Amino acid sequence: MTFRASTVSAHALPGAVASRRERRRLFEGLGFHAFVVAFVVFCLAPFVWTLLTSLKGPATIFEVPIRYLPAPADLVNYRDIFGLDRFRWALVNSIIVASSATSISLVIGALCAYAIARLNFPFKNLLLALVLAIAMFPGIAIIGPLFREFNAWGLTNNYLALILPNVTFTLPICIWTLTAFFSELPSELEESARVDGCTRLQAFYKITVPLSAPGVFTAAILLFIQAWNEFLFARTFMSQPNRLTATVAIAQFEGADIAAQYPWGQITAASIVITLPLVVLVLLFQRRIISGLTAGAVKG
Amino acid sequence: MATTTGRLTARLGAVGLLGTRRRRGAQERADARLGMLLAAPAVVTIFLIAVIPLAQTIQDSLFQISLKFENAPRPFVGLDNYQLVLGDESWFNSLRITGLVAGASVAAELVLGMVIALLINRSFRGRGIVRASVLVPWALTTVVSAKMWAWIYDGRYGVFNDLLMRLGVIDQPIIFLVRPEVTIWAMIAAEIWKTTPFMALLLLAGLQLIPHELYEAAALDGASRWQALWRVTLPMLKPTILVALLFRTIDAVRMFDLPRVLTNGGPGKSTETVVLYTYNTFFTALNFGYGSTLAVMIFLIVVFVSFIYIKVLGAPTQGARR
Repeated sequence: MTFRASTVSAHALPGAVASRRERRRLFEGLGFHAFVVAFVVFCLAPFVWTLLTSLKGPATIFEVPIRYLPAPADLVNYRDIFGLDRFRWALVNSIIVASSATSISLVIGALCAYAIARLNFPFKNLLLALVLAIAMFPGIAIIGPLFREFNAWGLTNNYLALILPNVTFTLPICIWTLTAFFSELPSELEESARVDGCTRLQAFYKITVPLSAPGVFTAAILLFIQAWNEFLFARTFMSQPNRLTATVAIAQFEGADIAAQYPWGQITAASIVITLPLVVLVLLFQRRIISGLTAGAVKG
Repeated sequence: MATTTGRLTARLGAVGLLGTRRRRGAQERADARLGMLLAAPAVVTIFLIAVIPLAQTIQDSLFQISLKFENAPRPFVGLDNYQLVLGDESWFNSLRITGLVAGASVAAELVLGMVIALLINRSFRGRGIVRASVLVPWALTTVVSAKMWAWIYDGRYGVFNDLLMRLGVIDQPIIFLVRPEVTIWAMIAAEIWKTTPFMALLLLAGLQLIPHELYEAAALDGASRWQALWRVTLPMLKPTILVALLFRTIDAVRMFDLPRVLTNGGPGKSTETVVLYTYNTFFTALNFGYGSTLAVMIFLIVVFVSFIYIKVLGAPTQGARR
């Protein structure tokens, strides 16, 4: 009935209806694009504002009303923070800790993920439950004993004190991502290698590992970001100024001149420096990161 | 490639036919051994760094341990510490704050994330840009995000005040991080900013798995778009929503970086979350016995929350990641 009526009216006034429909589509399209733009602005604005602030000299930062664009752009804040021993050390420390934790976690996690994806073994469900529990584990529940043990073993201010917890807490993501990836590789390739005389382990590192390079790479990005951002353990187990990681250095930043006004210029510059690697990774590999991140969530 | 795989499969079939039952049994045992061997390093690491220290924390929670003095006695006090928790106003304060922050931020993230996911669940030009920009708040270090927001909220030079004043919403700048009833919402807003985009991404991934046929069938049956949303989309999306909620709720309970850096729990104790309070008990009060008790309480809360979700959900073998 409705259908009939609309055809009739469309016949009666074809031009008007078509243009009304077109106009509606145009408005919907405009509304949609406005929404998308607003959403992108919402996501990026705080970061962009930090970037703009970091490019301002001390005089323009503390100007009321605010001048939004730095004119002229000034790199003085970046010069200042790279002149700070503590900041240079923080970058080095973060790179060492995050990349060591990532590599160790990848090796341990890949072996475990391979076992989960390909082999039947006792306690497998228990292992999966353990991995899930680690993903939800509150770090605060172990910080006391770890602090005392690391003190007793002389591990405070040692990279190991951060690498070990980071390895442990990046394992779930590593195992999930790689298990999903290994499961998708056809097991026939490996089995035929074994028919040709390879052992399981040989088949693993001759066939599966090279083929799963993209999955390992995706996992590596996710683990590196997690380890790079870690704060709780880094703040607790490192106290010497040249052993702090970047997150702790930013949190405790006092600037080159402690007597001066709160050094927002230097803080924003330091923030940009320590997040730029992550933002670049994200922009280059967004597709990979998203598929790695969401695969487990929607399939699980 | 396809033909190679096909040939290999055929070959394997032949081999399988040749294999005797006994050989398969031996193979299974070998697989079981290898499986446990390969999983061992991960299990050992988890035990060394998480399980054993957790047991130690539980043990410590039964003692009175102060690190203020080198050789202070550390008497066994049984469940006294737990009794103290029940009368600890600061603990209940931090519990209320954590509950408010978790409830408000997770609810807002879910609603906003859902709206965003539903709206961008189609192909359009510039989709790559949207996906990349969604990842920026997610990848950003929480500590950096906290500093960013502290600067944005700044009472005198903050851009947020400036914008509000230019828009005529307020006449006088608001000093966001000094008034308790404002500060906590400022913190919640910063948390929502950081995690909503990712929630949208997870939900979007879930939406894309819903088969088109369902919507076509619903349309044939005369369902409106709104009905399709309630009768098709949401039920189909339920598992994704629950996994996302589980991990977001737990993250909110574990929240430490943001309050530590943005407000350090202040003004007063108005933004002191449970983890921050516990952390201060450990490392400011140096009270490792009572701190351990609070840590055990947090662990139990996490267990409780995940237990409830998993009851509803069925145990997930994999999960959403931060």
